[in-house]
Amino acid sequence: MVVNTIHWFRKGLRLHDNPSLKDSIQGSDTLRCIYILDPWFAGSSNVGINRWRFLLHCLEDLDASLRKLNSRLFVIRGQPTDVFPRLFKEWQINRLSYEYDSEPFGKERDAAIQKLANEAGVEVTVRISHTLYNLDKIIELNGNQPPLTYKRFQAVINRMDAVEMPAETITSEVLKNCVTPISEDHDEKFGVPSLEELGFETEGLTTAVWPGGETEALMRLERHLERKAWVANFERPRMNANSLLASPTGLSPYLRFGCLSCRLFYFKLTDLYRKVKKNHTPPLSLYGQLLWREFFYTTATNNPCFDKMDGNPICVQIPWDRNPEALAKWAEGRTGFPWIDAIMTQLRQEGWIHHLARHGVACFLTRGDLWISWEEGMKVFEELLLDADWSVNAGSWMWLSCSSFFQQFFHCYCPVGFGRRTDPNGDYIRRYLPILRGFPAKYIYDPWNAPDEVQKAAKCIIGVHYPKPMVNHAEASRINIERMKQIYQQLSCYRGLGMDASLLATVPANSNFGGNGTNPRAVCTVTNEGAGGSSKDPSVQVGMSQTERAQSVQKRRHEETPLESSSKSWKQSK
Amino acid sequence: MKRGLQGNEQEDGGGTSGGCQKTLKRSRKQRREKDLEDEEVRWECLPQEILLHVFQYLPLLDRAFASQVCRGWNEAFHMPELWRCFEFELNQPASSYLKATHPDLIKQIIKRHSDHLQYVSFKVDSSRESAEAACDILSQLVNCSLKTLGLISTARPSFMEMPKSHFISALTVVFVNSKSLSSLKIDDTPVDDPSLKVLVANNSDTLKLLKMSSCPHVSPAGILCVADQCHGLRELALNYHLLSDELLIALSSEKHVHLEHLRIDVVSENPGQQFHTIKKSSWDAMKRHSPKFNLVMYFYLYEDEFGPFFRDEIPVTHLYFGRSVSKDVLGRVGLNCPRLVELVVCANGLRPLDEELIRIAQRCTQLSAIGLGECEVSCSAFVEFVKMCGDRLTQLSIMEEVLVPDHRYGLDDIHWE
Repeated sequence: MVVNTIHWFRKGLRLHDNPSLKDSIQGSDTLRCIYILDPWFAGSSNVGINRWRFLLHCLEDLDASLRKLNSRLFVIRGQPTDVFPRLFKEWQINRLSYEYDSEPFGKERDAAIQKLANEAGVEVTVRISHTLYNLDKIIELNGNQPPLTYKRFQAVINRMDAVEMPAETITSEVLKNCVTPISEDHDEKFGVPSLEELGFETEGLTTAVWPGGETEALMRLERHLERKAWVANFERPRMNANSLLASPTGLSPYLRFGCLSCRLFYFKLTDLYRKVKKNHTPPLSLYGQLLWREFFYTTATNNPCFDKMDGNPICVQIPWDRNPEALAKWAEGRTGFPWIDAIMTQLRQEGWIHHLARHGVACFLTRGDLWISWEEGMKVFEELLLDADWSVNAGSWMWLSCSSFFQQFFHCYCPVGFGRRTDPNGDYIRRYLPILRGFPAKYIYDPWNAPDEVQKAAKCIIGVHYPKPMVNHAEASRINIERMKQIYQQLSCYRGLGMDASLLATVPANSNFGGNGTNPRAVCTVTNEGAGGSSKDPSVQVGMSQTERAQSVQKRRHEETPLESSSKSWKQSK
Repeated sequence: MKRGLQGNEQEDGGGTSGGCQKTLKRSRKQRREKDLEDEEVRWECLPQEILLHVFQYLPLLDRAFASQVCRGWNEAFHMPELWRCFEFELNQPASSYLKATHPDLIKQIIKRHSDHLQYVSFKVDSSRESAEAACDILSQLVNCSLKTLGLISTARPSFMEMPKSHFISALTVVFVNSKSLSSLKIDDTPVDDPSLKVLVANNSDTLKLLKMSSCPHVSPAGILCVADQCHGLRELALNYHLLSDELLIALSSEKHVHLEHLRIDVVSENPGQQFHTIKKSSWDAMKRHSPKFNLVMYFYLYEDEFGPFFRDEIPVTHLYFGRSVSKDVLGRVGLNCPRLVELVVCANGLRPLDEELIRIAQRCTQLSAIGLGECEVSCSAFVEFVKMCGDRLTQLSIMEEVLVPDHRYGLDDIHWE
């Protein structure tokens, strides 16, 4: 019997570490690798031009790599539930493979396709390769609940079996006698479309700062590791003005689209560390970036409401303001705060911003200044940010808006001070907001405070050429922190209007909400809002790049173990 | 529920479930039916006290559904005990994602239950309409004897955007009619001195809690009147401009109960604002009179406005700096705040806070919670700080950005120390 196979690319846009593809090739006579251009791209139709371009680059790269193996990529337009029955019949398919998608929308879609496949007598091969671990196992190990603090997550990870090795890359040897029937009009019927064909206006579009594709990803990985080895230091580098700019060793978009296998990255990091540090066991912080990603995938996988506040069991219900005007100013970089506007401009132009920049703008939109729902911010990031996929984007926004994961809300990023500390000279601002080029460093973060002469000299009058600040930050943040306190007080089942003295204690340490409101055990949270662990790549997720340094330590108040003598006092007693 | 009770209820004529009219006389047929009926559970004959108890556990919506079951349950639904507490949520679709309390329900409450209401709060979104709707309801609570009233803005302070007179008259209705107000929360509202006088005239014996931060129309004299007359006042929240030596003395007078909680917001309206000072003797009087009271201070000042503060000893217990605060000021905090329990620093600047933190650890022996935002602390200093007060810390929240690795410790090392 002839075995005709379809491999369905969704994420996992690569030929290295692609176990579902590799396994389904075994014993196949023909292979067709397809990508379905689903109007519901990755679960939403809210996709900007940079993300489309990146995807198209990935598809072109795949096509080129497949060509070298005498195969091609088949790009098919439509919805999977319509496309597959047709293809099963036309191509006489008896085998289908794809990489496991842990997201609720993905699981639902795949269940429908499985059903169709069963009906058509098509064998389905699914393998996990978008995450390091089998997420269901993590959940099982945690008492059938996804861990809601990173600390707990790490504890569970420590008990998991080792990460599986990456699968062998697809080469002609692997393919052996498996062929791809390619028609004369393949390009016409199944070629990778261009941006114009998709309806985008490309005039004036600058070259992509982040070129997509597996080839680029693997090259970056090498560079990334080289840089680490050269520095022989796996510490997170301190943030400086340069960190704000796109890095040629940045990997986050490639991980998101699956051009780079997270497992390959994991093992390469491990190997390098062992080589440089002479066989010491790598600390968990080495994989910070990857584990954070894993954390959010795990929290999201069984929660179809993960990207909403309403109906989401892990999300605090916060009475956000509905304000489309204010939202638009934020999204379009017209807030009047150069730090915020420059970041949003970079995001729109290039598709990537540093994770601390994400913190700044996310805080500004939600709990810091505008008091607008994180769902709105999430949608804007979804459109513009290359590495924002559903789980990680939603999770990060909830994190940054203090809507979940037991985050302290007392500290708020100042839209003036924070930028000034990071880049005192203001070069970043001048680069993305050329209208403000003429301002000296002293005033570039708060140009509305500049005297008239300075503004005139800069040829930029605030209120005319550049907007006035849209809020009074001090006033807004003061009101908002009070609101957050109100909400969290209610959560701890604190009834009545009586006042709670402590600000820090209003946020519970874990999911044991309620009771008498006072948690007698100590909570020590060292939150790492710096770059993801020790990898140079500043971030994988939207704003959240907390490594195992986000330690939630439970220390009983009366268990006074002197710190010098016992490292246990820093570890969770759970 | 014991089935045996059913018969007895009817006899006693407990007047409970109105819809359950059965006689005890039964024919043979009925007796057989009764045996069958004994197998069924007669929910409609549940005594009202029990119904009430059960209903108290149900959220309002479920209770409302239950009230549709039969007349008896409907009566139970309207029992006064179920209407003592209510939270009115007033939201407009254009300004909020959350649902509002249904207008029909509001009408019903005003019609049937305004006498029963005792613990009431209004949550309003950032629209003026919501604030006005809240005041409209307030104005109709003429027969209420409220113990608790909370006016809560959940987003922008919309009570400040409505006509002041409308607000004042609505609030006055409550003050005059309640006469036994115990807790009042009116932050971010246009309440003024005359209305406070009305409050005092009617509720001075009962007032225990008054939360009125950010009420710009009140003057120090206005709040002094409250302190002078309301000797049961235990918890007070206000802005610094209302604080005076006289106020603190009044709160410390013999007739006055021990104060439990005083919260003060120090907010700068304009850069370079000057703030008055409070004498150390006034704070001392407070401490003597109420040795255990919590003094919570929130500072929202520019760095150069801290001149008058922390020059003398001050009994502050919970200190929050919402904006960047200088090393100098933090140094003074270490010297002058021996009662400090919680310290939160939102931002500081680029110079490390090492010495200041150590001094605070040394001198603030009650310190049990600390939060550090955009500051800088060297790892060594941090380790030393924790060694000094780690055993009494119940909260330690610090962004990693804060820690600067130095020659003794790198960031990884910190964790194992």
